Amino acid sequence: MNSSQIELVCPAGSLPALKTAIDNGANCVYLGFKDATNARNFTGLNFDPKQMRDGIAYAHQRGGKVLLALNTYPQADNWSSWTAAVDRAAEMGIDAVILADPGLMAYAARTHPQLRLHLSVQGSATSYEAINFYHERFGIQRAVLPRVLSLPQVEHVIANTPVEIEVFGFGGLCVMVEGRCALSAYATGESPNCNGACSPGKHVRWEQTPKGMETRLNGILIDRFADGERAGYPTLCKGRFEVNDETYYAIEEPTSLNTLELLPELARIGVRAIKIEGRQRSPAYVTQVTKVWRAALDQVMRAPEAFKALPAWMADLNKVSEGQSHTLGAYYRPWK
Amino acid sequence: MKLSLGPLLYYWPRQSVLDFYADIADSSVDIVHLGETVCSRRHELRLDDWLEVAAMLADAGKEAVLCTQSLIESESDLKPLRRLCAQTRFRVEANDMGAVRLLAEAGRRDWIAGPTLNIFNPHTLDLMVDAGATRWVVAPEMSGSQLTGLRNARPSAIETEVFVYGRLPLAHSARCFTARHYNLQKDTCEFRCLGISDGLRLSTRDGEPFLTLNGVQTQSARVHNLLADLPSLANSAEILRISPQGSHTREIVELFRAALDARQTPKTAFDASLTLMPDAPCNGFWHGKPGVDQLVSA
Repeated sequence: MNSSQIELVCPAGSLPALKTAIDNGANCVYLGFKDATNARNFTGLNFDPKQMRDGIAYAHQRGGKVLLALNTYPQADNWSSWTAAVDRAAEMGIDAVILADPGLMAYAARTHPQLRLHLSVQGSATSYEAINFYHERFGIQRAVLPRVLSLPQVEHVIANTPVEIEVFGFGGLCVMVEGRCALSAYATGESPNCNGACSPGKHVRWEQTPKGMETRLNGILIDRFADGERAGYPTLCKGRFEVNDETYYAIEEPTSLNTLELLPELARIGVRAIKIEGRQRSPAYVTQVTKVWRAALDQVMRAPEAFKALPAWMADLNKVSEGQSHTLGAYYRPWK
Repeated sequence: MKLSLGPLLYYWPRQSVLDFYADIADSSVDIVHLGETVCSRRHELRLDDWLEVAAMLADAGKEAVLCTQSLIESESDLKPLRRLCAQTRFRVEANDMGAVRLLAEAGRRDWIAGPTLNIFNPHTLDLMVDAGATRWVVAPEMSGSQLTGLRNARPSAIETEVFVYGRLPLAHSARCFTARHYNLQKDTCEFRCLGISDGLRLSTRDGEPFLTLNGVQTQSARVHNLLADLPSLANSAEILRISPQGSHTREIVELFRAALDARQTPKTAFDASLTLMPDAPCNGFWHGKPGVDQLVSA
């Protein structure tokens, strides 16, 4: 495996974000339609068909690829919206669709045999046995790993599957196995699996109280901030809660994943693509993060043994991180 | 309508587990799910022990099912999974697509598609049937009307099992939140979850119970309880699943049985269950609402 084959996969929540990702060196962008067929179904985000066509043309003219996330789980009554999205993607010349639902994979493989299939992180495939199941049944060519495996575990998966492995490199950190989290559904009725949303904005309330600034999700208190504390968005797994009379970040702090320093290792073990999280973030975020990761990947390709994560890169990434801090997440065993 | 007991999600001392299943052997459940589904570090009972418990329950006339671990991370997780899928005496509940692959490869035509497989539509359910599943467990976040839609769209026969009672298993993580609470790492967790019979309750800063920490699993604090909703379940499922809790599990089972046999009204049984639960009830998921909600059934 040659590290020059690692693709940088950047988020595009809008046409300007897509353009800046391509301009700053993304090999691929991933995006979604403006509906519940993808896991970032947020107001004001994503692409209508015209924008999608323009985005694909822009990327293709510059040698970039466009991947379409259709990674929520359709139900009996809305099934045709998902299959129509697959059909539209194939007709528009999308380079791959990122799917989670096996039924939809079977449809795509049967109806559009030339269409490249990626297994979404929402498919919750954490072992080569699971990944190989999707490969044998539907011919998936790439799998995105949930953010639960340590580096040696990722290496072991790669060694035992013909499927290309994509991992998350940077961005918002899901603490739970993707595709196996109903916390948002429990609190708000809207879930990543079925609605493409986690802790959705319409359920958020900010309220200044005598005890401090309170953030609530569908009425449930997620955190309370003293004067001078920076009040973060109430993502429900990143609030402060009480357990046995102790108040703390019981699940996870507001922090971002950043694996830049692991890049030589990721290259060595044969990771084929690095995904940057953040379709809900601004084009400025995409610009900043793409620039840094492009430079870092170029350096790893030139001289992996001499690679150092430059302090300036880390500083630039921290500026756009949730909570202005970062973690190696599960890649680093003690995090678990 | 059959009643099943879901897998024990908490980590209890070995003798407590054995005593629990000895008691269940002459209870009103028809099906008992066994095995460790949450954390690979939990070893009070190993596969051979679970097989013995399964045999004891089978002798008592119960259908015993062995469940696979929900989150598979390493080769040392895959080894016991392969052994479990290779034994042929008992049916297996697959809680991961890796288990589905192993069961299908082995030619098993009797396995159960577990609640973490994310089966939300008839097309995916068909694929599981093709791979050998003869029963499936509905993801708790699926509503009654969505389930009806799925079943209406798929006339061929596969048994449906619905989670009707217990704290909701909402999420799995690589991180252990019980170890984190005690400032320990998972690899050196000192098995601090052992003996916390109902998990650790997590409350909001205004004192409202919200979630339950159970090692790498996060559950609801509230108890999903569909006793009062039994009339709406009659045409939706063949099997109802009750998830074990720290105490009174058997009494809950008998309340469901009494309501199903029309010896008590669902409402009376529901009211009686309130004093037996570790927390307040909820049933929002079944009604297509936030899972935490408690709706009064018409």
